[in-house]
Amino acid sequence: MRKHKFFLGFTFLELLLLSTLFLYSRSTVSVLNRDEVPAKRELVRYLKLTDLSLWTEARYTRHPSQADIFTPFQDFPSSLEHFPAGSIIGPESIVLQTAITPGRP
Amino acid sequence: MRHLKILEYALSSLLRRKYRNISLIAVYALTIAILASVLFLTYSLKLEASHILIDTPDLIVQRLSAGRHDLIPMEYVKTISEIPGVGSAVPRYWGYYYDSLSHSNYTLIGIDGDIPGLSLLEGRMPSAPRECVIGAGVGSMRIVGTGDTLALINSMNTGVVFHITGTFRSVSNILTNDLIVMSSKDLVQFFDLPAGRATDIAVTIHNPNEVATIAGKIRTAHSDTRPITKSEILRTYDAVFNWRSGIMLTIFSSALIAFCILAWDKATGISAEEKHEIGILKAIGWDTADILELKFWEGIVISLTSFLLGLIAAYIHVFFLNATILSPVIKGWSVLFPAFRLTPYIDIYQIFVLAFLTVTPYVASTIIPSWKTAITDPENVMRS
Repeated sequence: MRKHKFFLGFTFLELLLLSTLFLYSRSTVSVLNRDEVPAKRELVRYLKLTDLSLWTEARYTRHPSQADIFTPFQDFPSSLEHFPAGSIIGPESIVLQTAITPGRP
Repeated sequence: MRHLKILEYALSSLLRRKYRNISLIAVYALTIAILASVLFLTYSLKLEASHILIDTPDLIVQRLSAGRHDLIPMEYVKTISEIPGVGSAVPRYWGYYYDSLSHSNYTLIGIDGDIPGLSLLEGRMPSAPRECVIGAGVGSMRIVGTGDTLALINSMNTGVVFHITGTFRSVSNILTNDLIVMSSKDLVQFFDLPAGRATDIAVTIHNPNEVATIAGKIRTAHSDTRPITKSEILRTYDAVFNWRSGIMLTIFSSALIAFCILAWDKATGISAEEKHEIGILKAIGWDTADILELKFWEGIVISLTSFLLGLIAAYIHVFFLNATILSPVIKGWSVLFPAFRLTPYIDIYQIFVLAFLTVTPYVASTIIPSWKTAITDPENVMRS
């Protein structure tokens, strides 16, 4: 009858470790939200930043939010994507506008 | 007590084929670790982006010319700021600089007026001509820091020397790694921008509910503009770090398919040895329900152990080792990729979904073929 005790003990240990990691992450997140996030938001506000500085290889990967939808393919239609980072960004879901909204010219 | 005895027997049964089951747990845990790493990484980056980019301007107005982003005339600033509901319309000056020394691209930003001391800046913001502030990535590429000088080649192919008055702390790398901040006047001169033109216009709006209306009014007033709202910016990062998009989906689906093969292999049949064991158990008086419970425990032992080990490995990989295995996928061709610590945001809902998608099919694929064998006559099972 020792094997099941060992298994239950091992599973309990795994759950305990996982719970500790999750609790640790909660406390880290609350500390970072208190200390770092306001400071980063201050940077965004004063420098008027719009994007994360992650991919610097091309204009449309450095500022994905500012790029045109077709920018990765601007060299010629149906050209293949040059940069690996461009492959991470999924295509925007296109919703066709089916209603006509009157507007002033 | 009866359940514990069946669990004890299940463990003994698994230990009889210990090398097979240990390798099964290793593969299963690795699959879970890959799946959970993708989920942890994308969720963490997504939440980080949504938390810090919330203070981005309400609207960015670009000018399009022949389908491409073009410099915007300063007259547009006046007409936009006169639209009711607009708080301010400020021109932004920025551009890209390719550094042939380090083969990396920098982002140059021009600022106007006094900016108070930023808590993530070591030193001070530029206040005089030919002064700049740099990101940690630029500093490490050019091996310079606060107090040093930074030589760049301007649009007229002339060297310009800037005095570095400050460096952004590495904590802000995710925002500032490739930045060089200088006065707007210096930036206009550096890029030789035509007079009366800016890169784009940042607009603040008093009432967030009016953003779409004001964007429409700007489009009506200047048909060559493209207003980008804050919600569109946030949505972009939601799409970029969505686990369903691009390469992340490729990794995720590969791991999921590997798992499906594993589960399918189990579900399509059990070995002759296992059939023989079930036959003997039936012959010595075990009920079909007992055998199903035995197989349930076998499935739970393997899948729960693998799932928990995989989750722990994924957490350590992503949040303690900064996703060293997945980061080359995200890094792409960036020469200047920021070294930043991932914030351990965790979505419990995603973990439950992952558990449901992996543990449940594995346990089901263990029970179903055993049930088929258990309802067959024991003599036939033992003879087959």
